[in-house]
Amino acid sequence: MTDFQKYLTKNFDNPAALTLDGYVASGGYVALKKALGMQPVEIIDLVKAANLRGRGGAGFPAGVKWGFLAKTDGPKYLCVNADEGEPGTFKDGPLMEYDPHQLIEGVAIACFALGIHSAYIYIRGEFYNSIRAVERAVQDCYKKGVLGKGVLGTSFALDIAVHPGAGAYICGEETGLLSSLEGKKGMPKLKPPFPAVKGLWGCPTIVNNVETLACVPHIINVGADAWNALGCEKNGGTKLYCVSGHVVKPGYYELPHSTTLRQLIYDVCGGTKPGRTLKAVVPGGSSSPILLPEEIDVRMDFDSLGKIGTMLGSAAVIVMDDSVSMVRALHNLLHFYSHESCGQCTPCREGTHWLHVILERIVNGQGKIEDLDRIQDICGNMVGNTICVLADAAVLPTQSYIKKFRPEFEQYIRAGKRVSLLGGLIETVPVGAH
Amino acid sequence: MPKLIINGKEIEVAAGTNLIEAAKLAGAEIPHFCYHPGLSVAGNCRMCLIEIEKAPKLQIACNTAVNEGMVVFTDSDKVKKARAGVMEFLLLNHPIDCPVCDCAGECYLQDYYMEHDLNASRLEEGKNKKQKAQEIGPHVMLDKERCVLCSRCVRFTDEVSKTHELGIFGRGSTEEIGMFEGVTLDNQYSGNVVDLCPVGALTDKDFRFKSRPWFLRETETVCGGCAQGCNIVLNTNTNPWNKIGQDRAYRIYPRENLAVNQYWMCDEGRYSTKSIDHGRRIAHGEKGQLRTSEYLLARVSDAIKGAIAQGGDKIAILLSPQMTNEELWAWKWLAQSLGILQVEMGDDLKRVGAADDFLIQADKNPNSKGATFLGLGPRENVLGGKAVLEKAVQGEVTVLVVVEHDLSLRESTPLQKITERGGIVIGIHSLVQSDESNYTFTLPRAHYVEQDGSFTNIQSRVQRVVKALEPLGESLPAWEIAFSLGQRLGLRSPRILGNRFFQN
Repeated sequence: MTDFQKYLTKNFDNPAALTLDGYVASGGYVALKKALGMQPVEIIDLVKAANLRGRGGAGFPAGVKWGFLAKTDGPKYLCVNADEGEPGTFKDGPLMEYDPHQLIEGVAIACFALGIHSAYIYIRGEFYNSIRAVERAVQDCYKKGVLGKGVLGTSFALDIAVHPGAGAYICGEETGLLSSLEGKKGMPKLKPPFPAVKGLWGCPTIVNNVETLACVPHIINVGADAWNALGCEKNGGTKLYCVSGHVVKPGYYELPHSTTLRQLIYDVCGGTKPGRTLKAVVPGGSSSPILLPEEIDVRMDFDSLGKIGTMLGSAAVIVMDDSVSMVRALHNLLHFYSHESCGQCTPCREGTHWLHVILERIVNGQGKIEDLDRIQDICGNMVGNTICVLADAAVLPTQSYIKKFRPEFEQYIRAGKRVSLLGGLIETVPVGAH
Repeated sequence: MPKLIINGKEIEVAAGTNLIEAAKLAGAEIPHFCYHPGLSVAGNCRMCLIEIEKAPKLQIACNTAVNEGMVVFTDSDKVKKARAGVMEFLLLNHPIDCPVCDCAGECYLQDYYMEHDLNASRLEEGKNKKQKAQEIGPHVMLDKERCVLCSRCVRFTDEVSKTHELGIFGRGSTEEIGMFEGVTLDNQYSGNVVDLCPVGALTDKDFRFKSRPWFLRETETVCGGCAQGCNIVLNTNTNPWNKIGQDRAYRIYPRENLAVNQYWMCDEGRYSTKSIDHGRRIAHGEKGQLRTSEYLLARVSDAIKGAIAQGGDKIAILLSPQMTNEELWAWKWLAQSLGILQVEMGDDLKRVGAADDFLIQADKNPNSKGATFLGLGPRENVLGGKAVLEKAVQGEVTVLVVVEHDLSLRESTPLQKITERGGIVIGIHSLVQSDESNYTFTLPRAHYVEQDGSFTNIQSRVQRVVKALEPLGESLPAWEIAFSLGQRLGLRSPRILGNRFFQN
């Protein structure tokens, strides 16, 4: 699988590509030149035909999203969502750090296709290297006529601004990102109106993930059919998978969409560490429902994972072996969500906190069996009842952890401490995980 | 206009109406905290979740506009469960300190708990602790624990008062309302946030711990603080500690009138409750000596009779735009019946102050327009208040009646000079004047909230003033004083009074 031809990561071993000249030498900005000679609607149709799915997590077809952009004579914006914060995800950072021009080229093509003249790249504040790399690349592009009043000598004008975020998970939600970019507190906005109609500063706005836009130049270069051939039906192209946790070779891997989770874990990442067995896998970032070892023969595309009740999300695979306590893993997860809830909607603000304190009590040995049903009930009151999906992102894994590992939770609660599934005592000290 | 079905009832409402307002028309109440018709939609409390046919999830009614053919359920099982869930979340970290909370009795959390929840708390862990009883401005106290973070107050300071003092700080369950650094909630409309607050988080410093709201009587009336005439509710109650033994004013808050004051009022009007009782003139007096009303009315009518005998121009009456239309009418009637020629509004003496571009008018009198409509306002051959006073000082006028004009505010008080020359000055005021001893006779006038009548506001809108309280002491509405004097001077009182006058 490793001999698979790379597209998104092809320049990762080529430090020269960090500069404009190096990037051009590696075949860069050819797609932009080609795109500037096409009709904008042709580009949108091409991206639609290429089945490019939004790589931020929702998997919404990018071409369709572009089609929603309201027609207006006023300003329109493209915002690049580079606020990569989903636990387990580490693909957008490297994409910007090692090949910033690929992103800029994608942004330029998208802007040309959509008639947009201002784009913002909202980069997570902690990604210092990415911010620096992208800022340098943007400056290079301005100096050499790739950006500015006339892109590559045409009459198309494009400005790109890099905006570092301040490190809030919720700013990765597209409307939260827009609020933050507007200088407000990063709180998601009510939908409708959707950003494509009324987004940044009330103007029509498209928000796309870094990886989505990085794919665009390759689609222009290879065409829709070749791009589709790289993936599987309705999931065109290659995908960056981030594998972390208890595997021999964790890391990010660019692979076809048709790869299965088993292939990813065992063939690509070398399987679990010696002497350990697989216990659970998070397939697409911490917000996705967890999978059991018997469920990993599933293709890693948006639709196949959706069918088995989980999601590809940001394709952040977190592998857990038998050394993991699911109770403490869930406690850790809920600490994250209660910390990152923006606090706007009642169910999320109070619910994530409540779930966290219940888990804290269980971890500290004061849990009760009925807590598990209470957690499910609280989850039921949260899910789907909020402005954004952060509540759902907390609820879906919580429900799946408890449903799939209920015996372990019950044993933990009965013992008041951590026990192995076989009943042997592993640990006696109640631990607040943080 | 789109037609839709709410709970099986078909209604037709204007396009763009949201479902909370549409449901009201269909007779269904959708509970809500963050939604307020005078503010932008925030959609964060999630209390107004309702079920719409064919929608995959519950929708918030406040942000959903009506649509042709929409089928809405506001009390399906799914909706009820969601509401109970939201109530449980809202009460999770709420201190439930209703026994010491001013808002108890008019709290949405209490009402909705009884209606939509009625479950015991399932929280076994401790509640979040936040700051209580924080003074955030001259009029408002904040209790962060009671707050449900609906953001109404924040939106008010952003959108209505445009003063931007408040914000929501922090995130998650530790989030709280607070002020930006270096500011306090000190603007001319700050009291409105207390009315807006659906719970007891923002309470009124003035009203704090004064009375339980269920003991208060409500009177729908109009503010007399300026020419705007904001519609208000006046809360009154018998204070067991006061010795008067009758109802007194406790609180004023605005009443919705989109044409006049929308949902708001200024702090100056709101905190005018104190002026209703404070510094009131409650007895009849002659040169600072208390007299019975019988004696004084006889003396006053004698004085008027004496002056008229010398000629209609020997007596002048200074009326005020502080008076109701009915009071003005009665005095105009008295003057015309007796042949008194000089009836002045004293527009050059009336109270003026600062104005803004919203509700506060520079003219601090509630009825300047009404006086104009009664033919008492600025007109030809008008002398003006100052000229009348000057004439009295010169001795051309021997009896001067002054109603609701504070002449002590003038740089040189003319009253002393008038009385020294043997002139008679009759003062009819609701408040004790600082130059009280300069008046020959003083009569107590009832405050406008102590009488029925009407004011005509700056938009020429005649608005009814409803008697909320009994007049203090011996005070009487000025129309009643005019009629008693008329009777003593041999006139027949016209039998159009109070309520009936308004209807005419």
